[in-house]
Amino acid sequence: MKSKSNGVKKLRAIQRQFAAGITRPLTASNHMQPKWVDGTSTRKAVASFIKPNDRLSSFDRLEIYNKQYWFRLIDCLYEDFPGLRTVVGEKRFYDLAIAYLTKYPSNTYSLRDLGNRLEKFLVREPKWMKPHPKLAHDLVRLEWAHVVAFDGDALPPLDVDSLLGQGDPAKLRLGFQPYITFLACDYPVDNFIISVRRREEPQGEASNAVAERVPRKKQKKLKLPKPEKIYLAVHRSENSVWYKRLEHEAYLVCTGLQKGLPLQKACERALRLRKADPNFGATLQQWFTQWASFGWFCAA
Amino acid sequence: MPANRFNNFTNYGIGIGLRVPHYQHILSRKPTVDWFEIISENFMVEAGRPLQVLDQILEQYRVVQHGVAMYLGSTDGLNREHLKKLKRLVKRTNTPWLSDHLCWGSVDGRYTHDLLPLPYTFAAAAHVAQRIREVRDYLEVPLLVENVSSYAEFHASEMSEWEFLSEVVEKADAGILLDVNNIYVSSQNHHFNPYDYLDNIPHHRVGQIHIAGHSKFEKYILDTHDHPVLDPVWKMYAHATRLTGTTATLLEWDDRIPSFDEVHREALKAGKFCKGLAGGTPAEGGQAALKDAALSLP
Repeated sequence: MKSKSNGVKKLRAIQRQFAAGITRPLTASNHMQPKWVDGTSTRKAVASFIKPNDRLSSFDRLEIYNKQYWFRLIDCLYEDFPGLRTVVGEKRFYDLAIAYLTKYPSNTYSLRDLGNRLEKFLVREPKWMKPHPKLAHDLVRLEWAHVVAFDGDALPPLDVDSLLGQGDPAKLRLGFQPYITFLACDYPVDNFIISVRRREEPQGEASNAVAERVPRKKQKKLKLPKPEKIYLAVHRSENSVWYKRLEHEAYLVCTGLQKGLPLQKACERALRLRKADPNFGATLQQWFTQWASFGWFCAA
Repeated sequence: MPANRFNNFTNYGIGIGLRVPHYQHILSRKPTVDWFEIISENFMVEAGRPLQVLDQILEQYRVVQHGVAMYLGSTDGLNREHLKKLKRLVKRTNTPWLSDHLCWGSVDGRYTHDLLPLPYTFAAAAHVAQRIREVRDYLEVPLLVENVSSYAEFHASEMSEWEFLSEVVEKADAGILLDVNNIYVSSQNHHFNPYDYLDNIPHHRVGQIHIAGHSKFEKYILDTHDHPVLDPVWKMYAHATRLTGTTATLLEWDDRIPSFDEVHREALKAGKFCKGLAGGTPAEGGQAALKDAALSLP
């Protein structure tokens, strides 16, 4: 029993060494760093657990995995965040991807979740969003919302009749589908991201091995949008992702409900902005009918 | 083996990997294909288009699941969330067997998203075998273990790769997904005879075979799955099928993916090597047949 556990400990030690080597950022010329994690020689450290052969040193052999690691993960972020990449530029995006993955290495088995902490990272290190920090911030939120809307969980939707029959609006709470994200943006990023995605060439599936990134074809620079406050629901309908613009008041109702406010309180948030509108009750009813028809509501 | 307990006594023919660029072609034209292999993790999602497409495919075709992230050789605890989702998918697809790799890819909760090689030690073999048993018991479906291609070897190794694979599957009583291209790639990178590998594994445990293309670099070969299958791999495939019998075979083409028809045509070349092996009884003296097969290469 003891020798078995020793064997697993040794295996774990090798795996930690290996992972430490391959997850270290590459040098500017895309090679493994000459210094190991403890500041000693990488060549010496790697030679202690990896065999050389007649063509490749231990260093060369681990370097293959080191490159694969970074090319694969950066490729994935490239594909998931084309808008952010367009705005900050290819070079800065490459550097920010490395900084992000160094600070927040992948913590799930799925590459789908690789960007799940990118917004958090950028908020903490806003230098990466230069020269258009607000636009970049809007885009990273929209692009992550797109990932969530694409294949996020869906719960049984509530229809209008169910909504009406739920009782006292002062106490009634409604949930939104887990795949929906509501965003308040400083730029019309919905139109911008659609233009960006149209320009992107379709990429192949990720395979086990990835080649060094080939620079994309030189394209005419996309015009960046001018500031404009917009409110969006990023949602899914018939298995396609949609960006639906909302009025400010509608956004307030939705985010109020999403925060857990009772129906009446959530609507009062909007009412404050529409006090003078005698038809606001009818507008609210139209909104709820439409949202219910999209299947947005579920049990809170 | 054509039909054995490791592939749930099925007799599947030649399949191809289900890939996004082919969705439209497959759903609209409904080409005749023996079966599709899906990457399990691409469909272990809660809802949305991936599952819609999968359900449409399942209405028409047989589907087998192939995983890339179970990391059977990792020393972290098994990821229960991953297994739960995988089991849900198994129930959806009704896959007769599923497969994943003899590798590791995460440590201390950090994921590399790569299929990393293991040191070939008895302790590692026992560890992996234990995990395979645990996973299989939970999923309640036969689990095949696939040999990976590799670019590094460890000082700690106590045996050859094929001895390690054999040790693992014997200890776990598991089947093998024999990736012929991976054997070739590793044989070139580590200087061993790939036929020694093919000859010295438990052939009765082979439940499926993978073939694929690779890329040659100056000092090593990379398993890129972005080319047609190369001649040396076809020759090895011919030899493998003589040893194992006609076995469910899957062409992997994952990058720079050409048209559906081109991928399918490439996969169907495998059929030339399976003719005359009806019943799939392992052949004695397979070398002669291998030469014949090699000469008839397309």
